[in-house]
Amino acid sequence: MMFETILFFAFSAVLVGAALGVILARNPVYSALLLVLCFFNSAVIWLMLDAEFLGIVLVLVYVGAVMVLFLFVVMMLDVNLEELRKGLAGYWPVAAIVAGLMVFAILDVVVVKHLGGLALRAAPPPPAGHSNTQALGEALFTRYAYPAQLAAVILLVASIAAIVLTLRHRAGVKPQNVGEQVRVSAKDRVRLVKMASEKRP
Amino acid sequence: MITLTEVLTLSGLLFSIAVAGVFLNRKNVILLLMCIELMLLAVNFNFVAFSRFLGDINGQIFVFFILTVAAAEAAIGLAILVVLFRERRSIDVEDLDSLQG
Repeated sequence: MMFETILFFAFSAVLVGAALGVILARNPVYSALLLVLCFFNSAVIWLMLDAEFLGIVLVLVYVGAVMVLFLFVVMMLDVNLEELRKGLAGYWPVAAIVAGLMVFAILDVVVVKHLGGLALRAAPPPPAGHSNTQALGEALFTRYAYPAQLAAVILLVASIAAIVLTLRHRAGVKPQNVGEQVRVSAKDRVRLVKMASEKRP
Repeated sequence: MITLTEVLTLSGLLFSIAVAGVFLNRKNVILLLMCIELMLLAVNFNFVAFSRFLGDINGQIFVFFILTVAAAEAAIGLAILVVLFRERRSIDVEDLDSLQG
């Protein structure tokens, strides 16, 4: 029990530190890599909260796909970082005040009022032979079958939209039209002319 | 033993850090998108924590859908960013003022 608490606080500390690094790093590549660290630590904490499937999904989907996309875009765009940093350093008091107020508001609800006593209750132990993945699958493909299909449509639309948005037609390029090349026959291109042979002058 | 209070406090801290990040990096669209990802992560923490401490699997289903929508949002947002950079050679939010008439 004690060991679990120590693990939780260790991973939480790394998570908060990495999140601070994300917003304070000078280079967007560092920000993206620190965000990857955030996702790994969150996955571990979700595993400790008995959400095994979502923990693995977070690593696979976020670290494996979304953050790679972020890194790809950060490295592809040739951004002038100095220009983007100009005049922003003076805003840290505003950021600190707003973030501090939010922390106080959340701590008031969670720590002082204990969510009306809810936060003091102990977690119910999972029943014997409980499988998180099985429970999630049973709920997702029975009660939530229709929303799951809608989510699939959203993903399809998003991938098509991303391709359509970034597709570009360049002028002056001479591409092959394979269909026309295949469809053409000898009759269209070659004409045989019958004529008498001529004498050598 | 992890308590609900600890997880919710952690999630609140994460969300506040992300809000501060929006203030500190409000010129760089890539970092704004990263801060939004951080906020969504904090919200997902709440869902997972409540799902665990109320013994209700529906919270995790919600996290599943939030992850789906966040992935779609990141894909489209980054595609728009690439198009924007091609047109303007800049990703500064303050350069996006062509609609003000």
